[in-house]
Amino acid sequence: MRYAETGFNLEVDLTRGNIEKVASDPRDTELYLGGLGTNAKILWDRVPPEVDAFSPENLLIFGAGLLCGTPAVGCNRTIVSTISPQTKLLAFSMMGGFFAPELKYAGFDKVILRGKSSNLVYLWINNDTVEIRDASHLKGKGSLETAEAIKKELKQPKAQVAAIGMAGENRVLYASIEQGRSSASRGGIGAVMGDKGVKAIVVRGTKDINIAQPLEYMELCNEVMEYIQFRNENPIPGVMPILAGLGSPQEMKVHDEKWHTENFMWGNSRTRRRDFWNDEVAREWMETLDQSRTRLISCYNCPMTCGATISMPGLPTYMMKCFTKLTYTMGAFSNLDFGLRIAQKATEYGLDGFSAPQVMAFALELLENGILTDKDFPDMPTDNEGRFFYLLDKIVRREGIGDILANGTYWAAREIGNGAQDYAHNNIKKIEQLPLKLSMLNPIYFLMYCTGEKINITQIEGQFPQAPYPKKEHREKFCEDWIQVPDEKFKQYFLDWEPRGENSMPFYPTVDMCCDIVDWQEKMHYIDDALGQCSGLSAFPLKPPYHIHNYPKFISAGAGIDMDEDKLSKAAKRYRTLVRAINIRRGMRRKDEKPPEDHWKKRFPELEKELLDAYYKFKGWNNEGIPTKESLYDLGLDYVSKDFVERGILTDCEDSPDKDMPDEDVLAEKEKK
Amino acid sequence: MTGDKIKKTIKTIRIDVDKCNGCRACEMICSAFHATPKYSSNNPARSRIRIIREPLRDLYVPVYAGEYTVAECAGRDKYTIDGKEYDECSFCRASCPSRDEFKEPDSGLPLKCDMCEGEEEPLCVKWCMHDALILEEREEEVEELEEQEDLEIGLGSLADKYGLQTIMDALSRMSKKD
Repeated sequence: MRYAETGFNLEVDLTRGNIEKVASDPRDTELYLGGLGTNAKILWDRVPPEVDAFSPENLLIFGAGLLCGTPAVGCNRTIVSTISPQTKLLAFSMMGGFFAPELKYAGFDKVILRGKSSNLVYLWINNDTVEIRDASHLKGKGSLETAEAIKKELKQPKAQVAAIGMAGENRVLYASIEQGRSSASRGGIGAVMGDKGVKAIVVRGTKDINIAQPLEYMELCNEVMEYIQFRNENPIPGVMPILAGLGSPQEMKVHDEKWHTENFMWGNSRTRRRDFWNDEVAREWMETLDQSRTRLISCYNCPMTCGATISMPGLPTYMMKCFTKLTYTMGAFSNLDFGLRIAQKATEYGLDGFSAPQVMAFALELLENGILTDKDFPDMPTDNEGRFFYLLDKIVRREGIGDILANGTYWAAREIGNGAQDYAHNNIKKIEQLPLKLSMLNPIYFLMYCTGEKINITQIEGQFPQAPYPKKEHREKFCEDWIQVPDEKFKQYFLDWEPRGENSMPFYPTVDMCCDIVDWQEKMHYIDDALGQCSGLSAFPLKPPYHIHNYPKFISAGAGIDMDEDKLSKAAKRYRTLVRAINIRRGMRRKDEKPPEDHWKKRFPELEKELLDAYYKFKGWNNEGIPTKESLYDLGLDYVSKDFVERGILTDCEDSPDKDMPDEDVLAEKEKK
Repeated sequence: MTGDKIKKTIKTIRIDVDKCNGCRACEMICSAFHATPKYSSNNPARSRIRIIREPLRDLYVPVYAGEYTVAECAGRDKYTIDGKEYDECSFCRASCPSRDEFKEPDSGLPLKCDMCEGEEEPLCVKWCMHDALILEEREEEVEELEEQEDLEIGLGSLADKYGLQTIMDALSRMSKKD
């Protein structure tokens, strides 16, 4: 018997209409755990670098985490992995909600889509009965609309639906997959789903998930519950509200948006409005939220209320997840009322809430600066909000200028030319980032921005405080019950960290300390992503209930895999390296690993070089960021090493990079032709 | 019939639908607790509590499995409460032919809430951190009559199944043994 996991994947060939239930190898679970880990293994094995995002050969994998569907609190994430049309690298966007547990109860750990359907279809998984069904009547329908229509036609109110909207159907490169109160948004995975001709995946499951050591497992779950209660009653003092508690964060609960609105950038990630928040704004925004927010809601088996049901007057109801609350508002220099209204449409269309507003603000900046002209925007309304609604429609329909903007700021700027590239200024590895522009280089964040392969800062940061505490006694107090640290040395790093003077940024934490800190933060996210645990109760907040000391016990008792901290760390390192290997094979190199040029005003090129050199070495990568043969062998990834040598990425005698790798610009040119 | 007064503990779960966040932890933990061996598996489809949940209409109703019923209601009503329309079934605790709720998914056998006998409080209550489910216990004085009624209902069912004569025969055999 398999524990925690079902031991079966659902393989669907959309070209041939073939459906198979395939047993997975339990040894892979031991080596790569599940979720992201085993997704990465499948993508390495089956999707060579020659395969384009929109090739039928590309796979779109919906992987439920290893512990999803078990009583582990907040463990409900589906890890959707594919080749991104936006970055051309591995995309592993994730969603919470109810899909992953339902899939497990239906008897599957993953749904693996390959090929392309010639007409629009949806996949209906009802335990062991799986059908590909016609979806032509759902073409152009919103994501929530689609979910409701399908549940009705199947007479299955309890089915869970992951669907794309018009953006995915039209292959907008930042289209999301929406699942009611959650979405997998980053990297354009919705476009891959649309390209495959799949409107939705619908699942209903009524089978058991088994636990290896039930009593031990329940005790661990109870401890987590108690710790959540403790943390809810004892928020961390001295940090802003969203960092004080648990959750992902609980944006929809918070009225006070002073911190985001005054520290994050407005428009095309350009303008900081330091005195934006005042009593009048506070009152107006609170009124907007109180009138529209019908209920704070949660994902499966989680007490945190990070989402909300939103009913704006005159608009259909939808569910909002954390930060999309503000991205449209700030992109358009508008107010919360506008933000919640346009988010309703964007959710039905199925768009990434980080990228979409920035693309629209970017387009208007190009217009203001004469790079685009009025002719590019026929019949565009003159009012600010109206222009955003206009652009949203153009983009998801790929009409006129929208067809170019639908490719995101990086690709759009190249196509528009004429200096447009300077306006696509907030990207890492071709993908739009959180709108943050700061002053002093933060060495920890520098490394995370450079090397994070989820290419989204919120998906690698966490655990270690974002800034030093001014007073020593507060730092000591913080360390008192800091049980989550993997090693006591992290406490010392924090205790000695000062806002000013010798032990301050950018030279403190030292290069070596930064390597330790970044590695810890990243590791916890990678473990979350294999187990299906929401980082809102784990890697993201300070002092979370899940950490490196209890995770091995969860895996041992839950999945029946003998696990300890070292073995878990090594497994996480293994599939983390495999993720990198997939990207290296696709041409990613050191030159791609950099934050946006203007992310910090005060930069330190020598220190930055030293940081990256040291971190690469620490990770077992060579100076180009390529995992060395030695480190690959050590992780049991000999097959990666062999492939690298065969492709000339590593040479037989030494770990030197291939100097003949085609430059990405050349590749991009070739693609356009 | 004695008509004596006896003390009885009545357990009530207070359900505040306004506080429910729809996470379904109650369904999960119920099914885990009632697995054999305890907690060895979980499956909300086996749960004895179900959340009737329609987020877009803001309907969240936790309902506990009650009695099995052989036939569905002849007519089913709709209730409008605070502007939201509920199906009558949303509040009904019966394991009933009209729906899948409160039946073992494999066998179709009816399920019934037992308040997690032996635990301090029902586990759904324990796992509901939003206090949508609150346990209340109160003592009530009831006439023993009730037990008599239970006995008669039990005998009645046996009679339905085996025939009154068979039951009377069995009773007279049993009484001769003493």
